Amino acid sequence: MTIDLKTIKHISKLSRISVDDEKAKKLAGDMNSIFDFIEKLKELDTDNVEPLTSVAETTLKLRVDEVKSGNIREQVLKNSPDENEDFFVVPRVVE
Amino acid sequence: MSDITSLTLTDLVKNIKDKKISSEETTKAFINRGEKSRELNAYITEDFTNALEKAKIFDQKPNFDLKLPGVPMAVKDLFCTNGVKTTAGSKILNNFIPPYESTVTQNIWNEGAILLGKLNCDEFAMGSSNETSFFGNVQSPIDKDLVPGGSSGGSASALAANLTPITIGTDTGGSIRQPASFTGTVGLKPTYGSCSRYGIVAFASSLDQAGPMSKNVKDCALLQEIISTYDEKDSTSIDFKRNAYSKELTNNIKGKKIGIPKEYTVDGMPKEIEDLWTKGIEYAKDCGAEIVEISLPHTNYALPAYYIVAPAEASSNLARYDGVKYGFRSKGENLIDMYEKTRSEGFGEEVQRRIMIGTYVLSSGYYDAYYIKAQKVRKLIKNDFDEAYKKVDAILTPSTPSAAFKIGEKTNDPVSMYLNDIFTVPVNLAGLPAISIPAGVDAKGYPLGLQIIGKAFDEQNILNIAYAMEEKIEFKNKITDWWIK
Repeated sequence: MTIDLKTIKHISKLSRISVDDEKAKKLAGDMNSIFDFIEKLKELDTDNVEPLTSVAETTLKLRVDEVKSGNIREQVLKNSPDENEDFFVVPRVVE
Repeated sequence: MSDITSLTLTDLVKNIKDKKISSEETTKAFINRGEKSRELNAYITEDFTNALEKAKIFDQKPNFDLKLPGVPMAVKDLFCTNGVKTTAGSKILNNFIPPYESTVTQNIWNEGAILLGKLNCDEFAMGSSNETSFFGNVQSPIDKDLVPGGSSGGSASALAANLTPITIGTDTGGSIRQPASFTGTVGLKPTYGSCSRYGIVAFASSLDQAGPMSKNVKDCALLQEIISTYDEKDSTSIDFKRNAYSKELTNNIKGKKIGIPKEYTVDGMPKEIEDLWTKGIEYAKDCGAEIVEISLPHTNYALPAYYIVAPAEASSNLARYDGVKYGFRSKGENLIDMYEKTRSEGFGEEVQRRIMIGTYVLSSGYYDAYYIKAQKVRKLIKNDFDEAYKKVDAILTPSTPSAAFKIGEKTNDPVSMYLNDIFTVPVNLAGLPAISIPAGVDAKGYPLGLQIIGKAFDEQNILNIAYAMEEKIEFKNKITDWWIK
């Protein structure tokens, strides 16, 4: 299998990571060698195997739906990259 | 008394309880050594001033009933610490000051320990050599320009160099056991669900576990006893009966059946590793254990499966770093452009590569062929262990296929770097506990470790085996202080 530059650009869009041509070329090389390695899994017949989604064989615990922490707006906003005391600020999204 | 910083945790606690040394003296000793050891680059953030203040407060009204009375320690910078910068080794979290504390670190402070600072690690714990950190690579105290392993490389380096008496790391594919093996220290990856993941920067949620790193097995048991608690803030935390691991520790392992899996060998594996393993088997026999040959037939498929599952989960977990609510933000012409530039400039090369792999294997048309396939292989690997544990109580393998390597030696070849974790990754995929203990050195004098893998929730058993073997091995770490001028 080969991952071409077009695919790299597509994945970079999905990943929301901007990639220029030079970086895309290096990524394609790296990813192809990694996927060559991953291809080994194709040797295995897994038709009748159940996929394992979690090793923790417990059912999730139920709890009462109640507010346990409140009035922490200041804490929540403390690390905001663009300072504003009431909201998170982002570039304009509606023209 | 010998130098405070070279004491084991157990001895340090005893000295503090016997009032032979104060918390302040102890903390000062570790701070002094930390200041002289900056060349190792083990710390990302030093919190020395606060540590000294807390030590003084402890000494004014000491509580010697605590398990870590006034003991200073540094932790991996993947654990959120309230009010102290937490970066995960990444530029994207370079300015992040958590307003909350991880459960594991809270458990440690509740027992009287004092934070010295935050230790370097591979970016988002993605790496096996601590070379992917935004804050630069870490030097191993074993030798100049040698990697300490990763991703808990700062933790391993600081511990082996006596900058902290004990520490904690996280292990997603070997990130505690491999650096422990490379630096002649002890590292335990607990059973999945044993230690809470709350407040730990997430990498791959179905694999991540926090665990102790120490200078000997007894210290390791004590720290595991402290950090392992059921926590309702982590939905995969498991409510099982936890032992008082240090109190129940015994070197009597007579009649324990230890499995030797024939598949734990790779092409080009140095003879030194084979010899170490053979020696390990002899030590186990000397301790009264019974050796049983076993087979884990899908071992060779663990690493390729891991490199689908871990990046897939990482790509999903790391979607939160978008420059909106916290962390680094780059300027963009519009919202999408801001996202893309923030993530491109904020994440390092290895993290971007893994996000891309993860996004690809989860994308439409490839999900079944890669992601579901890997989960099926994960099931086969778990079945291998289940089958083996019908016959044995624990499994003994080398921790790594080689000793530590030089800085820069493997950075240009991702696959050869990934191969480092070939013996540790299957354990994470199956959610089992495993401990690495130092067991010998290679021709250059670099430490080599042996790994003991247990049944789920059977930490006590592998700690006991490690404890018994440690007595026979009598490993002494040679640290020359080469970095101290």
